[in-house]
Amino acid sequence: MRNPDERQRPRLAVVKFASCDGCQLSILNLEEDLLALGRMLDIAYFPEASSDMRPGPYDIALVEGSITTAEDAHRILALREQAKVLITIGACATAGGIQSLRNWADVESFKRAVYPSPEYIQSLSTSTPISEHVHVDFELWGCPIDKDQLLRVIIDLVADVQPRLPADSVCLECKRRGNVCVLVAKGLPCLGPVTRTGCGAICPGMGRDCYGCFGPSEGARKGPGLPPNTTSLARHFHSELQLIPIEVMRRFRGINGYVSPFRAESDIWEKKP
Amino acid sequence: MPEETAQTRTIAVDMVARVEGEGALRVTVKGETVQDVELRIFEPPRFFEAFLRGRHYEEVPDIVARICGICPVAYQMSAVHALEQIFGFRVEGAIRDLRRLLYCGEWIESHALHVYLLQAPDFLGYDSAISMAKDHATLVTRGLRLKKAGNAIMTLLGGRSVHPVSVKVGGFSRVPLRRELEALKDELLWARDAAVETVRWVADFEYPDFAPDYNYVALRHPDEYPFNEGQIVASSGLQISVSEFEQHFIEHQVAYSNALHCKLRGSSYFVGPLARLNLNQDHLTPWARQVLADRRIELPLRNPFQGIIARSIEILYALEESLQLIERYEPPPLSAAPITVRSGIGMACTEAPRGILYHRYEVDGDGVIRDVKIVPPTSQNQSRIEQDLRLFMPRLLRLPDKEAALGCERVIRCYDPCISCATHFLNLEIRRESA
Ligand code: SF4
Ligand code: SF4
Repeated sequence: MRNPDERQRPRLAVVKFASCDGCQLSILNLEEDLLALGRMLDIAYFPEASSDMRPGPYDIALVEGSITTAEDAHRILALREQAKVLITIGACATAGGIQSLRNWADVESFKRAVYPSPEYIQSLSTSTPISEHVHVDFELWGCPIDKDQLLRVIIDLVADVQPRLPADSVCLECKRRGNVCVLVAKGLPCLGPVTRTGCGAICPGMGRDCYGCFGPSEGARKGPGLPPNTTSLARHFHSELQLIPIEVMRRFRGINGYVSPFRAESDIWEKKP
Repeated sequence: MPEETAQTRTIAVDMVARVEGEGALRVTVKGETVQDVELRIFEPPRFFEAFLRGRHYEEVPDIVARICGICPVAYQMSAVHALEQIFGFRVEGAIRDLRRLLYCGEWIESHALHVYLLQAPDFLGYDSAISMAKDHATLVTRGLRLKKAGNAIMTLLGGRSVHPVSVKVGGFSRVPLRRELEALKDELLWARDAAVETVRWVADFEYPDFAPDYNYVALRHPDEYPFNEGQIVASSGLQISVSEFEQHFIEHQVAYSNALHCKLRGSSYFVGPLARLNLNQDHLTPWARQVLADRRIELPLRNPFQGIIARSIEILYALEESLQLIERYEPPPLSAAPITVRSGIGMACTEAPRGILYHRYEVDGDGVIRDVKIVPPTSQNQSRIEQDLRLFMPRLLRLPDKEAALGCERVIRCYDPCISCATHFLNLEIRRESA
């Protein structure tokens, strides 16, 4: 039975494209807050969690995954029409994800590497972020997203408050947590200086280098909205940490490899002798 | 493909819910006989095996974790074990225990998700755990807290539960302190009692009378319930080492699916908790054994719907095992051993929550990956699911289309298929033709 209040509660949809389901799992990992979310919103469409699937329009659509097939490129257009606020969740939807590594390769040869009859496989030659196809209202970074950040944004939206997401670097989070700097102390090629905060500086806290799963931070020196200084970090990896150009290239071409500052940096090092 | 006739009826359901990933099902029926069952996996291919080529071995655990958000540890474990085989290295002692503990965390989290959030609503008649919570708040809260206990283990050892960051070839980037592990104990003790209650609860569900003859396949270790190591065994009598996997298990591509079908000498087989439990019951822990005896649950279990019982038993097992591992933990002197890179080929198979997961890597002298093969559990179960549907379908034919479709979905959900590993967008189409 639908309770009468249902009509007033904002309607939520969670929609998946090419992805690993990890960001949706982060929603299910809200644990007791999940039930609270279920009371706050009318979960109208969330196939991973519910067989009750109702058509739009939706007040909030959370989108996981990147666009890799012609059919999905159509599906996202239709969803955009149905959604008042469209939020991408995670590196796949926000930046093309790990599967965008194909964008530098010959996908036909990929198909041949994986499938005996590649002609059956329908797939675009690229994996692209949602924002290359439709207007996106908010982007949640991370692979996976941070569930508390997601909850914060939803609560803000429901309360009609403009959500604000931090864009400074993992380094600042490390300092707040009192982590020892792995770049300086261990000589590891840490991407923390150019990576967006939000994870809680997990990797340095676990004694290893950040591999950029929250995407590029916005420049501390150049100001909000501007890219971080990948050039100087890449040079440091090369001259101080002795990484050869292809290793510097691989550092930037990872989980968020296709997003502009990381992509540009990796392309520069690919061409170096 | 059969011709459409005036008598052909097509039933399409847009999406089978509560599974991980995207797929469709087409069933063709002529009169009373099922002619064709095609489980089509639409999940767009993500080409991991292809783009891993040219990456450095140290990057592998971070990359393969992204194949699946529900069972990242399984991918990391199969990968590091295969790579360690190439480098002539074997983890032992506390590091080996910590890997087992991390795997316990994943089994608890993944199984609790499936039991409470994905499958139980079928038995209780709800669309989702969220709607089930309106009438059964205590139950759903118990499931969520159980899942959280698994996540707590993963977060402590791996930094976070989805895509943990600490696993590396040779060990971990950081190992926990004794007191950090001990801090988990109270919650795990609560969870162990909750797991006993879970087994009792699911044991009383009403199960359809359905017990096909399966060939179960799982890992088997001489002294322990299998996670990371062992031989591959089958109820048919097969017993081989992991390095022989590709000689016996062959992947086929079918025109209608983006996932490859894997067969054992040409036949379908069954991997996952039910297979593991039936083939390794002698390695169960005391509580798990006790609760089986209390509920008069006799092994082997032959009914796929009772996979939910096997999963619940494994949650209990994993909790008992976690508590023991924590009890004997002494932090190792080094969190990871140094590795000497050399070229070669390595294979490993571990027990992902959904069944055996095989990886093979070829590495060059610089530690760069030259070739990769990954066979996930869902592609192994795929042809078995089709066969089950073929067998179960006749009893659904008299039902109205909607219920028939739901019945098919239930069969599919028994396998907890992870279609992202191999796809929730399941269009069910039933084509009925006159005889
Ligand atoms: S961003 Fe990462 S966790 Fe999220 S769906 Fe993509 S691969 Fe999975
Ligand atoms: S430290 Fe970097 S790679 Fe690690 S979780 Fe945070 S953003 Fe991701």
